[in-house]
Amino acid sequence: MQRRHLLTYIGAASGALALALFAGWWQVDGPGAPEPVAKRPLPLTEMDFRMTDQTGTAVGPESLLGNASMVFFGFTYCPDVCPTTLSDISSWLDDLGEDVAQLNVVFITIDPKRDTVAAMAEYVSYFHPAIQGWRGSRDQTMRAAEGFRASYEKVATGGGDYTMNHTASVFMFDAEGQFAGTIDYHEPREFAVPKIRRVLARTEEETS
Amino acid sequence: MKSPVAAVAIALSIFLGLPISSFAGSQDIVVEDAWARASIGKNRPGAAYMTVRNTGTDPVTILSLETPLAMMPDIHRTTTDANGVSSMAPAGEITIAPGEAVSLEPGGLHAMLMRLETPMVEGESFSLTLTFDDGGTVTVDVPILGIAARGPEG
Ligand SMILES: [Cu+2]
Repeated sequence: MQRRHLLTYIGAASGALALALFAGWWQVDGPGAPEPVAKRPLPLTEMDFRMTDQTGTAVGPESLLGNASMVFFGFTYCPDVCPTTLSDISSWLDDLGEDVAQLNVVFITIDPKRDTVAAMAEYVSYFHPAIQGWRGSRDQTMRAAEGFRASYEKVATGGGDYTMNHTASVFMFDAEGQFAGTIDYHEPREFAVPKIRRVLARTEEETS
Repeated sequence: MKSPVAAVAIALSIFLGLPISSFAGSQDIVVEDAWARASIGKNRPGAAYMTVRNTGTDPVTILSLETPLAMMPDIHRTTTDANGVSSMAPAGEITIAPGEAVSLEPGGLHAMLMRLETPMVEGESFSLTLTFDDGGTVTVDVPILGIAARGPEG
């Protein structure tokens, strides 16, 4: 009886394994593989995540509706890409002048372990005053990145230190939360500023 | 240091990072437009940028960096893939052909300053020594600009 039980168990286990392998193939390589079009960020209205901004206020994707938005990911322990992105954006915002009042600009940390709300507040204070710094729990950060179709990954640099690889593009949305294009990392000002102006113009049409 | 002209020449050579010692290739290395961003405290790594120009007739390879500011300085390269994901990794040895220059600038190569000994304070400066494959070294004084600086002019 004992042996018979064991055989049944092995049979069931190997059946389950085969099923799992088939399901994995279906989703990764087979007909169930995701379409490349899934790379487009969701509309803000379909995202769901909770974060805290640099002033300690609870925020989420709905906080961005009503104005055009620029959202990008990074972390404050980033020596090259992130300060470059924040200072590039600061100079674009300087070019926009008063129109900045119609724009949400949000820097979301993908390293919430080291980037506390206080750390984010201090960091963004060195750049254009319109730039907000959002921080969420690990889970909420993952949900946010999923919504924006952004990715990030921790990379060890030795001695317990680490850095983060991450999507460095800036995502733009109109006032209704519809995705309105990206600005690539380190894109020249002569391309970036007109892109932002177009999204602002579209927003004005929607709201007038 | 008899004439003011000589004093100015020495001061200028230190400022431009001209090597004081004489080695086959590295004596022809000139480092220009060095700058770095200020840091918040000393837990975060810093980055420094500059142009390294080879004015000589032999190729010269940068082997390593050294600075009293950071325990682990290294040259890194930032790359951004087709999906817009940026990453950085040690750049390895960098060879500069005769008459050519290598630019360390935001989004490309940077002198990554890991394990800071002291915070990088705006308005101060630090020395950075580049060691080359002929055994020669060049030491530059790197001015620390604001955190939001975009280039050697701020
Ligand atoms: Cu680096």
